[in-house]
Amino acid sequence: MGSLLQIVFDALSLGSLYALGALGIALIFGVMRLVNFAHGDVIAACVFALLWPSVDAVAIVFAGNLPWFLLIPFVLAVGAGLSVLSELVVFRRFRRANPATMMIASFGLGFVIRYFLLMLFSSRPKSISLLPTLSQPVEILGARIPLLQLITILVTVAVLFGLTAFLRRTRFGLEMRAAAENFTMARMLGVRANRVIMGAFALSGALAAAIALILGSQTGTANIMMGANVMLMAFIATVIGGMGSLAGAVLAGFLLGTVATVMQVILPPDARAFRDAFVYGAVILVLIFRPQGLLSARGTKERV
Amino acid sequence: MSRSPLRRSLATPVLLGLILVAFALVAWAVGSKPFNQTIIDIFLKVIFAVGLWVFIGNSGVISFGHIAFACLGGYVAAWTTIKPMMKGISMPGLPDWLMQTEIPYWAAAAVGAGWAAVWALIFGAVLMRLSGIAASIATFAMLAMVNSIYSNWDSVTAATSSVVGIPIVRSVWPYLIAAILAVVLGWAYGISRHGLALRAARDEPTAAAASGVNIPRMRLIAFVVSGAIMGMGGALYAHSIGIVTPDTFYLGLTFITLSMLVVGGMGSLSGAVLGVLFLSSLIQGLRWLEAGVQVGTSTFALPGGVQEIALGAVMILILMFRPAGIMGNRELTLPRAGSDTPGRSGPTN
Repeated sequence: MGSLLQIVFDALSLGSLYALGALGIALIFGVMRLVNFAHGDVIAACVFALLWPSVDAVAIVFAGNLPWFLLIPFVLAVGAGLSVLSELVVFRRFRRANPATMMIASFGLGFVIRYFLLMLFSSRPKSISLLPTLSQPVEILGARIPLLQLITILVTVAVLFGLTAFLRRTRFGLEMRAAAENFTMARMLGVRANRVIMGAFALSGALAAAIALILGSQTGTANIMMGANVMLMAFIATVIGGMGSLAGAVLAGFLLGTVATVMQVILPPDARAFRDAFVYGAVILVLIFRPQGLLSARGTKERV
Repeated sequence: MSRSPLRRSLATPVLLGLILVAFALVAWAVGSKPFNQTIIDIFLKVIFAVGLWVFIGNSGVISFGHIAFACLGGYVAAWTTIKPMMKGISMPGLPDWLMQTEIPYWAAAAVGAGWAAVWALIFGAVLMRLSGIAASIATFAMLAMVNSIYSNWDSVTAATSSVVGIPIVRSVWPYLIAAILAVVLGWAYGISRHGLALRAARDEPTAAAASGVNIPRMRLIAFVVSGAIMGMGGALYAHSIGIVTPDTFYLGLTFITLSMLVVGGMGSLSGAVLGVLFLSSLIQGLRWLEAGVQVGTSTFALPGGVQEIALGAVMILILMFRPAGIMGNRELTLPRAGSDTPGRSGPTN
């Protein structure tokens, strides 16, 4: 019983990470058809925002010393700010470009951010202790669950409810949903395009920062490559979820987390190292049967 | 025009080949070892960029996964050319017949191309059913999958540690021949029936499908051809440095080769080749600056990482202001040589 519960919590917390990542990517894709490859590097940049630039092996903690009620808003603001900055400096000039061009530009931007971090902090992973109280275990129904896992899941659920309320109940959310459905039409009806896109970038950046906080406290290291794996899974989640469908992205994120956790348990020990390869393989199989994704978003179907 | 497409476009591979030969001659005349290595590196990048172009340029689908085929090719070189004794130590899990195999580097390159083509056929059969953006992300997943397998399959790939002992080929000529072979293959594919059909499908998918072009099938053919070229390039890459690790063939190389193709222009074979030459010169200049330059009495050096930042910035700027790249979808031809060269009209971006 205890171990089963442990698996459920593992799956949910891993799925939460993937779902948050997928949501950040799907939000931007929804409003401007941009597949943002720089998302993973924004995650890494948020973790490094806690440190003072230095290439020494020992991390010089700077903003990381703030109390948690200042630290969390600070990191969220860094993520949102960096994301909005990337839209202002780079993506604004690509409004008329086709999705493939924007995708490559974001790939290039991701590398620029990553190597900027490398220049400031070097490529060595650094150990940080971010919110250390969270690693204590708590006991639920006989299973020992790290407090962090519980908080990850709760935060994700809260974010999902908050975002749903935001998209359904506020004017800005309405505009964003309208823009995702049919951007040209929404503009004609008075939705201010640049404001909606900036809002999507800010939200997506804040989601990246939330992932950064979770990953940072989970692993206790800052590494310039740390966003890459989550980002890749998040991308896959947006594809199987149906590009641009927010609900699909979240659903697929949790599905991927579950599949990965279950494979970790049922695969023979020799094959466990290949868990990710099996997950990617499973994804390719899903795409054979549903190339348009699990929940295909309206307005993204190719029209003739 | 009564001339066949073959003769009409023949100037392109000939001119590109001559440029490559000129580079090789310069390397031979200079005779310095580091310079020689730089030129070899350029030829390898030409092979990769042409391999990418065969698929991306003709189909219009961006692939982030082609370096996976270079990885497959690179490890074929490791499996087949390292001395059996050394293989036994680093990769004890190889089957017996492979353990005893020791073939020359050119044969390894051919086998690497074949092996990569087989896997391109398997992956492609699935991936080519997807459209546009979803296909791009799925190719990314393929790259991650291959990297994850090669980084963990301890007994056959020595996991993430380097596989050493691959015979190093230092002469510039084999790489020149391979680069020219890649260019000729790319050109021949471009003017073939399949290449033409695929470009039609890229520009007007509905009309092409209505005219009887089987789009997934055409994409699959391009995927296999480009996979084979990447496999050959990967095997030769292994022979140029003598070491392979899974991370040699991962995001870094994907980024560099893709930016070369984008900067040169995805729409034409000449763009692929000239993009490599242009960005390689830029990288070389930045490397020189990163190593430090004596200005008067003080040494001026750029911090590490500037190279990639500059590459990324050039790539983004080119995409902003000249999305069709340096060549603007045109091929390099003789003056008046043709108005109908293959790959002339590129994707409308």
